[in-house]
Amino acid sequence: MRKRRTPCGFHCIKMNHLSVSFGDAEVLSDINLHIHCGTLTAIIGRNGAGKSTLIRAILDEIPHGGSIEFKNTEDGKIKHLEIGYVPQTINIEKNTPMDVYDLVAGFRYRTPVFYHSKKIKEDIKNVLAEFAADDLIDQPIGTLSGGQLQRVLLSMAVMEEPNLLLLDEPVSGIDKVGMDLFYEKMLTLKNSHDMAVIIISHDLDYVAKYADNVILLDKTVLCEGTPKHVYESDAFKQMFGGATYTYGNPRPREIPIKSSRISL
Amino acid sequence: MPDFLKYDFMKNALLAVMIVTPMLGILGTMVVHKKMAYFSDALGHSALTGIAVGVVFGLSNVNLSMVLFGVVFALLLNQIKIKNLQSVDTLISVFASASLAAGLAILSKGGNFAQYSALLVGDVLSISKSEIIILFLMFLLVVAYWSFALNRLVAISVHPTLAKAGNIKVRLYEDVFAVLIAVIVMLSIRWVGILLINALFILPAAAAKNISRNMQEYHVYTILISFFSGVVGLVASYYTDVATGPMIVLYAAVIYAATYLYGKE
Repeated sequence: MRKRRTPCGFHCIKMNHLSVSFGDAEVLSDINLHIHCGTLTAIIGRNGAGKSTLIRAILDEIPHGGSIEFKNTEDGKIKHLEIGYVPQTINIEKNTPMDVYDLVAGFRYRTPVFYHSKKIKEDIKNVLAEFAADDLIDQPIGTLSGGQLQRVLLSMAVMEEPNLLLLDEPVSGIDKVGMDLFYEKMLTLKNSHDMAVIIISHDLDYVAKYADNVILLDKTVLCEGTPKHVYESDAFKQMFGGATYTYGNPRPREIPIKSSRISL
Repeated sequence: MPDFLKYDFMKNALLAVMIVTPMLGILGTMVVHKKMAYFSDALGHSALTGIAVGVVFGLSNVNLSMVLFGVVFALLLNQIKIKNLQSVDTLISVFASASLAAGLAILSKGGNFAQYSALLVGDVLSISKSEIIILFLMFLLVVAYWSFALNRLVAISVHPTLAKAGNIKVRLYEDVFAVLIAVIVMLSIRWVGILLINALFILPAAAAKNISRNMQEYHVYTILISFFSGVVGLVASYYTDVATGPMIVLYAAVIYAATYLYGKE
Protein backbone atom coordinates (compact mmCIF):
# COMPACT_ATOMS: atom_id res chain seq x y z
CA MET A 1 0.00 0.00 0.00
CA ARG A 2 2.41 2.58 -1.21
CA LYS A 3 0.22 5.31 -2.50
CA ARG A 4 -2.87 6.67 -0.93
CA ARG A 5 -5.66 7.84 -3.15
CA THR A 6 -7.88 10.70 -2.20
CA PRO A 7 -11.51 9.72 -1.98
CA CYS A 8 -13.30 11.38 -4.85
CA GLY A 9 -16.58 9.59 -5.33
CA PHE A 10 -16.28 10.05 -9.06
CA HIS A 11 -15.42 6.51 -10.03
CA CYS A 12 -18.11 3.96 -10.38
CA ILE A 13 -18.58 0.42 -11.53
CA LYS A 14 -21.68 -0.26 -13.57
CA MET A 15 -23.13 -3.63 -14.33
CA ASN A 16 -25.66 -3.57 -17.13
CA HIS A 17 -28.07 -6.46 -17.68
CA LEU A 18 -25.55 -8.97 -16.38
CA SER A 19 -26.70 -12.56 -16.79
CA VAL A 20 -25.18 -16.02 -16.44
CA SER A 21 -26.50 -19.35 -17.68
CA PHE A 22 -25.16 -22.84 -17.18
CA GLY A 23 -26.60 -24.84 -20.07
CA ASP A 24 -30.33 -24.18 -20.07
CA ALA A 25 -30.46 -23.03 -16.47
CA GLU A 26 -30.31 -19.29 -15.96
CA VAL A 27 -28.43 -18.70 -12.71
CA LEU A 28 -28.37 -14.92 -12.79
CA SER A 29 -30.58 -12.67 -14.87
CA ASP A 30 -30.71 -8.97 -15.58
CA ILE A 31 -28.44 -7.71 -12.82
CA ASN A 32 -28.09 -3.93 -12.92
CA LEU A 33 -25.81 -2.45 -10.31
CA HIS A 34 -24.09 0.80 -9.77
CA ILE A 35 -21.25 0.77 -7.27
CA HIS A 36 -19.34 3.88 -6.26
CA CYS A 37 -15.79 4.10 -5.11
CA GLY A 38 -15.37 4.53 -1.39
CA THR A 39 -18.44 2.50 -0.51
CA LEU A 40 -18.96 -0.86 1.13
CA THR A 41 -21.57 -2.99 -0.60
CA ALA A 42 -22.73 -6.26 0.89
CA ILE A 43 -24.35 -8.99 -1.17
CA ILE A 44 -26.68 -11.16 0.85
CA GLY A 45 -29.00 -13.99 -0.07
CA ARG A 46 -29.75 -17.60 0.71
CA ASN A 47 -27.48 -20.46 -0.37
CA GLY A 48 -27.67 -21.00 -4.11
CA ALA A 49 -28.89 -17.48 -4.78
CA GLY A 50 -26.01 -16.91 -7.18
CA LYS A 51 -23.74 -14.82 -4.95
CA SER A 52 -20.56 -16.69 -5.82
CA THR A 53 -21.60 -16.90 -9.46
CA LEU A 54 -21.92 -13.12 -9.54
CA ILE A 55 -18.38 -12.80 -8.17
CA ARG A 56 -17.07 -15.25 -10.75
CA ALA A 57 -18.82 -13.30 -13.51
CA ILE A 58 -17.30 -10.03 -12.29
CA LEU A 59 -13.89 -11.74 -12.30
CA ASP A 60 -14.63 -12.84 -15.87
CA GLU A 61 -14.08 -16.46 -14.97
CA ILE A 62 -17.34 -17.60 -16.47
CA PRO A 63 -19.01 -16.31 -19.61
CA HIS A 64 -21.75 -13.80 -18.96
CA GLY A 65 -24.21 -11.63 -20.85
CA GLY A 66 -24.43 -7.90 -20.35
CA SER A 67 -21.50 -5.66 -19.54
CA ILE A 68 -19.38 -4.36 -16.68
CA GLU A 69 -17.94 -0.85 -17.01
CA PHE A 70 -15.60 1.11 -14.85
CA LYS A 71 -16.13 4.81 -15.34
CA ASN A 72 -14.93 8.13 -14.17
CA THR A 73 -18.26 9.93 -13.83
CA GLU A 74 -16.63 13.34 -13.89
CA ASP A 75 -15.30 13.11 -17.42
CA GLY A 76 -17.17 9.97 -18.53
CA LYS A 77 -13.96 8.12 -19.43
CA ILE A 78 -13.97 4.35 -19.21
CA LYS A 79 -10.94 2.99 -17.40
CA HIS A 80 -9.41 -0.38 -16.80
CA LEU A 81 -10.84 -1.97 -13.68
CA GLU A 82 -8.23 -3.42 -11.33
CA ILE A 83 -9.87 -6.04 -9.11
CA GLY A 84 -8.53 -7.33 -5.83
CA TYR A 85 -10.12 -10.63 -4.91
CA VAL A 86 -10.17 -12.38 -1.56
CA PRO A 87 -11.53 -15.92 -1.86
CA GLN A 88 -13.35 -17.63 0.96
CA THR A 89 -10.66 -20.23 1.28
CA ILE A 90 -7.82 -21.71 -0.75
CA ASN A 91 -7.13 -25.14 -2.06
CA ILE A 92 -4.34 -26.53 0.11
CA GLU A 93 -3.57 -29.54 2.22
CA LYS A 94 -2.38 -29.29 5.78
CA ASN A 95 1.15 -30.41 4.93
CA THR A 96 1.60 -28.27 1.81
CA PRO A 97 5.25 -27.20 1.62
CA MET A 98 4.41 -23.51 1.31
CA ASP A 99 4.70 -20.73 3.83
CA VAL A 100 3.13 -17.28 3.75
CA TYR A 101 6.20 -15.91 1.95
CA ASP A 102 5.68 -18.46 -0.86
CA LEU A 103 2.00 -17.62 -1.11
CA VAL A 104 2.44 -13.86 -1.38
CA ALA A 105 5.62 -13.97 -3.48
CA GLY A 106 4.07 -16.60 -5.77
CA PHE A 107 1.29 -14.21 -6.66
CA ARG A 108 3.04 -10.87 -6.51
CA TYR A 109 6.73 -11.28 -7.36
CA ARG A 110 8.85 -12.60 -10.21
CA THR A 111 11.78 -13.94 -8.21
CA PRO A 112 11.15 -17.70 -8.16
CA VAL A 113 10.06 -18.90 -4.73
CA PHE A 114 12.68 -21.66 -4.60
CA TYR A 115 14.92 -18.78 -3.57
CA HIS A 116 13.79 -16.78 -0.55
CA SER A 117 15.00 -13.21 -1.01
CA LYS A 118 15.60 -11.08 2.09
CA LYS A 119 14.48 -7.92 0.35
CA ILE A 120 11.18 -9.39 -0.84
CA LYS A 121 10.64 -10.80 2.62
CA GLU A 122 10.94 -7.31 4.11
CA ASP A 123 8.55 -5.91 1.50
CA ILE A 124 5.98 -8.59 2.19
CA LYS A 125 6.33 -8.17 5.93
CA ASN A 126 5.58 -4.45 5.59
CA VAL A 127 2.37 -5.17 3.72
CA LEU A 128 1.35 -7.92 6.12
CA ALA A 129 2.00 -5.58 9.04
CA GLU A 130 -0.88 -3.40 7.97
CA PHE A 131 -3.15 -6.34 8.71
CA ALA A 132 -1.19 -7.45 11.77
CA ALA A 133 -0.05 -10.55 9.94
CA ASP A 134 3.70 -9.91 9.70
CA ASP A 135 4.47 -12.55 12.33
CA LEU A 136 2.97 -15.16 10.04
CA ILE A 137 5.50 -14.80 7.22
CA ASP A 138 7.38 -18.04 7.96
CA GLN A 139 4.32 -20.06 8.89
CA PRO A 140 3.23 -22.93 6.61
CA ILE A 141 -0.08 -21.91 5.06
CA GLY A 142 -1.69 -25.23 5.89
CA THR A 143 -1.50 -24.33 9.58
CA LEU A 144 -3.14 -20.88 9.39
CA SER A 145 -6.53 -20.35 11.00
CA GLY A 146 -9.41 -19.00 8.91
CA GLY A 147 -8.89 -15.51 10.25
CA GLN A 148 -5.12 -15.55 9.75
CA LEU A 149 -5.48 -16.80 6.19
CA GLN A 150 -8.01 -14.09 5.46
CA ARG A 151 -5.63 -11.38 6.70
CA VAL A 152 -2.87 -12.74 4.48
CA LEU A 153 -5.17 -12.93 1.44
CA LEU A 154 -6.41 -9.43 2.17
CA SER A 155 -2.86 -8.08 2.29
CA MET A 156 -2.23 -9.72 -1.06
CA ALA A 157 -5.38 -8.22 -2.55
CA VAL A 158 -4.63 -4.62 -1.52
CA MET A 159 -0.96 -4.81 -2.57
CA GLU A 160 -1.96 -4.08 -6.16
CA GLU A 161 -4.04 -1.02 -5.24
CA PRO A 162 -7.25 -2.33 -6.76
CA ASN A 163 -10.22 -0.11 -7.57
CA LEU A 164 -12.57 -2.85 -6.54
CA LEU A 165 -12.06 -5.22 -3.67
CA LEU A 166 -14.17 -8.39 -3.92
CA LEU A 167 -14.44 -10.45 -0.79
CA ASP A 168 -16.02 -13.78 -0.15
CA GLU A 169 -16.41 -13.77 3.59
CA PRO A 170 -15.22 -16.94 5.28
CA VAL A 171 -18.07 -18.78 6.96
CA SER A 172 -15.95 -20.09 9.76
CA GLY A 173 -12.72 -19.49 11.56
CA ILE A 174 -13.22 -15.93 12.77
CA ASP A 175 -14.45 -14.99 16.22
CA LYS A 176 -16.60 -11.98 17.07
CA VAL A 177 -13.74 -9.67 17.95
CA GLY A 178 -12.02 -10.65 14.73
CA MET A 179 -15.16 -9.88 12.72
CA ASP A 180 -15.49 -6.36 14.17
CA LEU A 181 -11.85 -5.62 13.52
CA PHE A 182 -12.19 -7.03 10.01
CA TYR A 183 -15.07 -4.71 9.18
CA GLU A 184 -13.32 -1.75 10.79
CA LYS A 185 -10.39 -2.44 8.49
CA MET A 186 -12.75 -2.53 5.51
CA LEU A 187 -13.96 0.93 6.45
CA THR A 188 -10.39 2.21 6.56
CA LEU A 189 -9.66 0.65 3.18
CA LYS A 190 -12.66 2.12 1.42
CA ASN A 191 -12.03 5.55 2.90
CA SER A 192 -8.27 5.86 2.72
CA HIS A 193 -7.74 3.95 -0.51
CA ASP A 194 -10.92 5.00 -2.26
CA MET A 195 -11.78 1.41 -3.06
CA ALA A 196 -15.18 0.10 -3.84
CA VAL A 197 -15.62 -2.92 -1.61
CA ILE A 198 -18.07 -5.69 -2.44
CA ILE A 199 -18.44 -8.38 0.16
CA ILE A 200 -20.49 -11.55 0.08
CA SER A 201 -21.61 -11.82 3.63
CA HIS A 202 -23.31 -14.50 5.65
CA ASP A 203 -23.67 -12.43 8.77
CA LEU A 204 -26.65 -10.09 8.61
CA ASP A 205 -25.79 -8.35 11.89
CA TYR A 206 -22.43 -7.16 10.63
CA VAL A 207 -23.89 -6.10 7.32
CA ALA A 208 -26.50 -4.00 9.12
CA LYS A 209 -23.80 -2.37 11.16
CA TYR A 210 -21.12 -1.70 8.56
CA ALA A 211 -22.42 -1.72 4.98
CA ASP A 212 -23.30 1.41 3.06
CA ASN A 213 -25.35 -0.55 0.56
CA VAL A 214 -26.99 -3.93 0.62
CA ILE A 215 -27.96 -6.03 -2.34
CA LEU A 216 -30.44 -8.80 -1.73
CA LEU A 217 -29.83 -11.39 -4.40
CA ASP A 218 -31.87 -14.32 -5.58
CA LYS A 219 -31.13 -14.98 -9.27
CA THR A 220 -31.64 -11.26 -9.73
CA VAL A 221 -31.55 -8.21 -7.52
CA LEU A 222 -34.64 -8.38 -5.30
CA CYS A 223 -33.93 -5.27 -3.31
CA GLU A 224 -31.13 -2.74 -3.08
CA GLY A 225 -30.35 0.25 -0.88
CA THR A 226 -29.26 1.13 2.63
CA PRO A 227 -29.25 -1.75 5.13
CA LYS A 228 -32.37 -0.34 6.79
CA HIS A 229 -34.21 -0.05 3.49
CA VAL A 230 -33.40 -3.59 2.42
CA TYR A 231 -33.94 -5.21 5.81
CA GLU A 232 -37.40 -3.70 6.08
CA SER A 233 -38.46 -4.84 2.62
CA ASP A 234 -40.93 -7.68 2.12
CA ALA A 235 -38.46 -9.65 0.03
CA PHE A 236 -35.99 -9.66 2.90
CA LYS A 237 -38.57 -10.70 5.46
CA GLN A 238 -39.72 -13.52 3.23
CA MET A 239 -36.20 -14.86 2.95
CA PHE A 240 -34.81 -14.29 6.41
CA GLY A 241 -37.82 -13.65 8.64
CA GLY A 242 -38.33 -10.48 10.62
CA ALA A 243 -35.65 -10.18 13.29
CA THR A 244 -34.52 -6.78 14.56
CA TYR A 245 -31.14 -5.41 13.64
CA THR A 246 -28.93 -2.62 14.87
CA TYR A 247 -27.94 -0.32 12.05
CA GLY A 248 -24.68 1.53 11.99
CA ASN A 249 -24.57 5.30 12.01
CA PRO A 250 -24.28 6.86 8.60
CA ARG A 251 -20.60 7.48 8.19
CA PRO A 252 -19.53 10.84 6.84
CA ARG A 253 -16.94 10.56 4.11
CA GLU A 254 -13.68 11.78 5.47
CA ILE A 255 -10.08 11.80 4.47
CA PRO A 256 -8.33 10.07 7.31
CA ILE A 257 -4.97 11.19 8.49
CA LYS A 258 -2.35 8.45 8.14
CA SER A 259 -4.22 5.45 9.42
CA SER A 260 -2.90 3.99 12.60
CA ARG A 261 -2.16 0.31 12.65
CA ILE A 262 -5.41 -1.50 13.09
CA SER A 263 -5.14 -5.07 14.06
CA LEU A 264 -7.74 -7.54 13.02
CA MET B 1 39.53 -43.92 -8.92
CA PRO B 2 36.72 -46.09 -7.68
CA ASP B 3 36.41 -49.48 -9.26
CA PHE B 4 33.18 -48.81 -11.15
CA LEU B 5 34.56 -45.75 -12.96
CA LYS B 6 37.08 -47.88 -14.89
CA TYR B 7 34.50 -48.34 -17.62
CA ASP B 8 33.41 -45.60 -20.01
CA PHE B 9 29.81 -46.77 -19.97
CA MET B 10 29.73 -46.31 -16.20
CA LYS B 11 31.17 -42.81 -16.46
CA ASN B 12 28.52 -41.92 -19.04
CA ALA B 13 25.79 -43.49 -16.96
CA LEU B 14 26.92 -41.56 -13.89
CA LEU B 15 26.83 -38.28 -15.79
CA ALA B 16 23.41 -39.11 -17.21
CA VAL B 17 22.02 -40.02 -13.80
CA MET B 18 23.44 -36.82 -12.31
CA ILE B 19 21.49 -34.86 -14.94
CA VAL B 20 18.28 -36.88 -15.21
CA THR B 21 17.45 -37.34 -11.53
CA PRO B 22 17.53 -33.65 -10.49
CA MET B 23 15.71 -32.71 -13.69
CA LEU B 24 12.84 -35.12 -13.03
CA GLY B 25 12.96 -34.12 -9.35
CA ILE B 26 12.46 -30.42 -10.09
CA LEU B 27 9.48 -31.11 -12.34
CA GLY B 28 8.24 -33.61 -9.78
CA THR B 29 7.86 -30.92 -7.12
CA MET B 30 4.94 -29.47 -9.08
CA VAL B 31 3.64 -32.85 -10.27
CA VAL B 32 3.25 -33.81 -6.61
CA HIS B 33 2.12 -30.36 -5.47
CA LYS B 34 -0.56 -30.18 -8.17
CA LYS B 35 -1.55 -33.82 -7.64
CA MET B 36 -0.73 -34.84 -11.20
CA ALA B 37 0.75 -38.27 -10.45
CA TYR B 38 -1.85 -39.97 -12.63
CA PHE B 39 -1.08 -37.53 -15.37
CA SER B 40 2.65 -38.23 -15.56
CA ASP B 41 2.01 -41.95 -15.20
CA ALA B 42 -0.38 -41.91 -18.15
CA LEU B 43 2.17 -39.96 -20.18
CA GLY B 44 4.90 -42.49 -19.46
CA HIS B 45 2.70 -45.32 -20.64
CA SER B 46 1.77 -43.49 -23.78
CA ALA B 47 5.40 -43.57 -24.92
CA LEU B 48 4.81 -47.02 -26.39
CA THR B 49 1.89 -45.69 -28.39
CA GLY B 50 4.08 -42.90 -29.68
CA ILE B 51 6.60 -45.45 -30.90
CA ALA B 52 3.83 -47.52 -32.45
CA VAL B 53 2.56 -44.47 -34.33
CA GLY B 54 6.09 -43.91 -35.65
CA VAL B 55 6.35 -47.55 -36.76
CA VAL B 56 2.97 -47.43 -38.52
CA PHE B 57 3.98 -44.31 -40.44
CA GLY B 58 7.36 -45.84 -41.21
CA LEU B 59 9.44 -43.14 -39.52
CA SER B 60 13.14 -43.88 -39.15
CA ASN B 61 13.39 -41.83 -35.95
CA VAL B 62 10.62 -42.85 -33.55
CA ASN B 63 11.74 -40.20 -31.04
CA LEU B 64 9.92 -37.62 -33.10
CA SER B 65 6.62 -39.51 -33.17
CA MET B 66 7.00 -40.25 -29.45
CA VAL B 67 7.41 -36.57 -28.54
CA LEU B 68 4.62 -35.46 -30.87
CA PHE B 69 2.24 -38.08 -29.54
CA GLY B 70 3.19 -37.20 -25.98
CA VAL B 71 2.47 -33.51 -26.54
CA VAL B 72 -0.92 -34.19 -28.13
CA PHE B 73 -1.78 -36.66 -25.39
CA ALA B 74 -0.78 -34.18 -22.65
CA LEU B 75 -2.93 -31.42 -24.12
CA LEU B 76 -5.83 -33.84 -24.43
CA LEU B 77 -5.50 -34.88 -20.78
CA ASN B 78 -5.42 -31.21 -19.75
CA GLN B 79 -8.59 -30.60 -21.71
CA ILE B 80 -10.26 -33.51 -19.90
CA LYS B 81 -9.14 -32.13 -16.56
CA ILE B 82 -10.51 -28.68 -17.29
CA LYS B 83 -13.85 -29.93 -18.60
CA ASN B 84 -14.05 -31.98 -15.42
CA LEU B 85 -16.81 -34.12 -16.87
CA GLN B 86 -16.24 -37.18 -14.73
CA SER B 87 -13.79 -37.94 -12.00
CA VAL B 88 -10.54 -37.02 -13.65
CA ASP B 89 -8.42 -39.93 -12.44
CA THR B 90 -10.84 -42.45 -13.96
CA LEU B 91 -10.90 -40.71 -17.31
CA ILE B 92 -7.13 -40.39 -17.42
CA SER B 93 -6.84 -44.09 -16.64
CA VAL B 94 -9.25 -44.93 -19.45
CA PHE B 95 -7.26 -42.91 -21.96
CA ALA B 96 -3.93 -44.22 -20.70
CA SER B 97 -5.01 -47.88 -20.84
CA ALA B 98 -6.58 -47.48 -24.26
CA SER B 99 -3.49 -45.85 -25.70
CA LEU B 100 -1.16 -48.35 -24.04
CA ALA B 101 -3.23 -51.24 -25.42
CA ALA B 102 -3.18 -49.71 -28.89
CA GLY B 103 0.59 -49.29 -28.69
CA LEU B 104 1.14 -52.85 -27.48
CA ALA B 105 -1.21 -54.25 -30.13
CA ILE B 106 0.64 -52.52 -32.95
CA LEU B 107 4.15 -53.26 -31.69
CA SER B 108 3.43 -56.92 -30.90
CA LYS B 109 1.93 -57.62 -34.33
CA GLY B 110 3.99 -60.37 -35.95
CA GLY B 111 5.66 -61.26 -32.64
CA ASN B 112 8.21 -58.45 -32.69
CA PHE B 113 7.65 -57.02 -29.25
CA ALA B 114 10.91 -58.31 -27.74
CA GLN B 115 12.93 -55.52 -29.37
CA TYR B 116 10.87 -52.91 -27.50
CA SER B 117 10.81 -54.58 -24.11
CA ALA B 118 14.04 -52.83 -23.06
CA LEU B 119 11.95 -49.66 -22.95
CA LEU B 120 9.99 -50.98 -20.02
CA VAL B 121 12.87 -50.80 -17.55
CA GLY B 122 15.19 -48.50 -19.48
CA ASP B 123 18.94 -48.81 -19.91
CA VAL B 124 21.03 -45.93 -18.73
CA LEU B 125 24.24 -47.91 -19.24
CA SER B 126 23.89 -47.66 -23.01
CA ILE B 127 23.79 -43.86 -23.16
CA SER B 128 26.28 -42.13 -25.47
CA LYS B 129 28.18 -38.84 -25.10
CA SER B 130 26.01 -36.99 -27.62
CA GLU B 131 22.88 -38.18 -25.89
CA ILE B 132 24.24 -36.86 -22.60
CA ILE B 133 24.67 -33.47 -24.22
CA ILE B 134 21.02 -33.54 -25.30
CA LEU B 135 20.01 -34.46 -21.76
CA PHE B 136 22.07 -31.57 -20.41
CA LEU B 137 20.41 -29.11 -22.79
CA MET B 138 17.03 -30.37 -21.62
CA PHE B 139 18.15 -29.86 -18.05
CA LEU B 140 19.06 -26.24 -18.82
CA LEU B 141 15.66 -25.77 -20.47
CA VAL B 142 13.90 -27.08 -17.37
CA VAL B 143 15.90 -24.79 -15.07
CA ALA B 144 15.20 -21.76 -17.26
CA TYR B 145 11.51 -22.59 -17.47
CA TRP B 146 11.37 -23.16 -13.73
CA SER B 147 12.93 -19.79 -12.91
CA PHE B 148 10.36 -18.15 -15.11
CA ALA B 149 7.20 -20.10 -14.38
CA LEU B 150 7.43 -21.49 -10.85
CA ASN B 151 5.67 -18.56 -9.18
CA ARG B 152 2.72 -18.66 -11.57
CA LEU B 153 2.40 -22.43 -11.20
CA VAL B 154 2.39 -22.05 -7.43
CA ALA B 155 -0.27 -19.35 -7.67
CA ILE B 156 -2.43 -21.49 -9.95
CA SER B 157 -2.10 -24.47 -7.64
CA VAL B 158 -3.36 -22.39 -4.71
CA HIS B 159 -6.41 -20.87 -6.36
CA PRO B 160 -6.96 -20.71 -10.14
CA THR B 161 -9.56 -17.94 -9.91
CA LEU B 162 -7.32 -15.84 -7.72
CA ALA B 163 -4.46 -16.41 -10.14
CA LYS B 164 -6.67 -15.34 -13.00
CA ALA B 165 -7.71 -12.22 -11.11
CA GLY B 166 -3.97 -11.48 -10.85
CA ASN B 167 -3.72 -11.54 -14.65
CA ILE B 168 -2.02 -14.93 -14.84
CA LYS B 169 -2.86 -16.85 -18.01
CA VAL B 170 -3.91 -20.00 -16.18
CA ARG B 171 -4.68 -22.21 -19.16
CA LEU B 172 -1.50 -21.26 -21.00
CA TYR B 173 0.72 -22.04 -18.01
CA GLU B 174 -1.01 -25.36 -17.38
CA ASP B 175 -0.66 -26.36 -21.02
CA VAL B 176 2.99 -25.35 -21.29
CA PHE B 177 3.77 -27.26 -18.10
CA ALA B 178 1.99 -30.36 -19.43
CA VAL B 179 3.81 -30.13 -22.76
CA LEU B 180 7.18 -29.74 -21.03
CA ILE B 181 6.51 -32.82 -18.90
CA ALA B 182 5.52 -34.73 -22.03
CA VAL B 183 8.73 -33.79 -23.84
CA ILE B 184 10.94 -34.59 -20.85
CA VAL B 185 9.19 -37.92 -20.24
CA MET B 186 9.50 -38.97 -23.87
CA LEU B 187 13.15 -38.00 -24.17
CA SER B 188 14.20 -39.60 -20.87
CA ILE B 189 12.20 -42.79 -21.17
CA ARG B 190 14.86 -44.83 -22.98
CA TRP B 191 17.21 -44.36 -20.04
CA VAL B 192 14.74 -44.52 -17.20
CA GLY B 193 12.10 -46.94 -18.43
CA ILE B 194 8.35 -46.70 -18.88
CA LEU B 195 7.60 -48.57 -15.68
CA LEU B 196 9.85 -46.43 -13.54
CA ILE B 197 9.72 -42.89 -14.86
CA ASN B 198 6.78 -41.91 -12.73
CA ALA B 199 8.57 -43.14 -9.61
CA LEU B 200 11.41 -40.72 -10.30
CA PHE B 201 8.94 -37.88 -10.70
CA ILE B 202 6.96 -38.65 -7.59
CA LEU B 203 9.17 -40.27 -4.95
CA PRO B 204 11.85 -37.59 -4.35
CA ALA B 205 9.29 -34.76 -4.22
CA ALA B 206 6.89 -36.79 -2.07
CA ALA B 207 9.75 -37.59 0.32
CA ALA B 208 10.82 -33.94 0.46
CA LYS B 209 7.25 -32.82 1.05
CA ASN B 210 7.18 -34.84 4.27
CA ILE B 211 9.91 -32.72 5.80
CA SER B 212 9.56 -29.29 4.12
CA ARG B 213 7.87 -26.20 5.47
CA ASN B 214 8.32 -23.99 2.43
CA MET B 215 9.16 -24.01 -1.28
CA GLN B 216 12.86 -23.40 -0.75
CA GLU B 217 13.25 -26.43 1.51
CA TYR B 218 10.98 -28.44 -0.79
CA HIS B 219 13.21 -27.79 -3.78
CA VAL B 220 16.51 -28.29 -1.97
CA TYR B 221 15.41 -31.57 -0.38
CA THR B 222 13.84 -32.87 -3.58
CA ILE B 223 17.00 -32.26 -5.58
CA LEU B 224 19.25 -33.74 -2.87
CA ILE B 225 17.08 -36.83 -2.50
CA SER B 226 16.76 -37.49 -6.23
CA PHE B 227 20.46 -36.87 -6.83
CA PHE B 228 21.47 -39.09 -3.93
CA SER B 229 19.17 -41.98 -4.87
CA GLY B 230 20.33 -41.70 -8.47
CA VAL B 231 24.05 -41.86 -7.77
CA VAL B 232 23.86 -44.42 -4.96
CA GLY B 233 21.39 -46.54 -6.95
CA LEU B 234 23.71 -46.58 -9.96
CA VAL B 235 26.76 -47.59 -7.92
CA ALA B 236 24.77 -50.21 -6.04
CA SER B 237 23.44 -51.66 -9.28
CA TYR B 238 27.02 -52.03 -10.54
CA TYR B 239 28.12 -54.06 -7.52
CA THR B 240 24.94 -56.12 -7.20
CA ASP B 241 24.40 -56.69 -10.92
CA VAL B 242 20.80 -55.48 -10.72
CA ALA B 243 19.19 -53.20 -13.36
CA THR B 244 19.94 -49.53 -12.59
CA GLY B 245 16.46 -48.00 -12.80
CA PRO B 246 14.85 -50.28 -10.22
CA MET B 247 17.81 -49.82 -7.87
CA ILE B 248 17.46 -46.01 -8.00
CA VAL B 249 13.74 -46.23 -7.36
CA LEU B 250 14.29 -48.56 -4.41
CA TYR B 251 16.65 -46.09 -2.78
CA ALA B 252 14.17 -43.26 -3.32
CA ALA B 253 11.41 -45.41 -1.81
CA VAL B 254 13.49 -46.10 1.30
CA ILE B 255 14.14 -42.38 1.70
CA TYR B 256 10.44 -41.72 1.30
CA ALA B 257 9.65 -44.18 4.09
CA ALA B 258 12.26 -42.54 6.33
CA THR B 259 10.98 -38.99 5.77
CA TYR B 260 7.42 -40.18 6.24
CA LEU B 261 8.24 -41.56 9.68
CA TYR B 262 10.35 -38.52 10.55
CA GLY B 263 7.69 -36.07 9.37
CA LYS B 264 5.01 -37.75 11.48
CA GLU B 265 6.83 -36.96 14.69
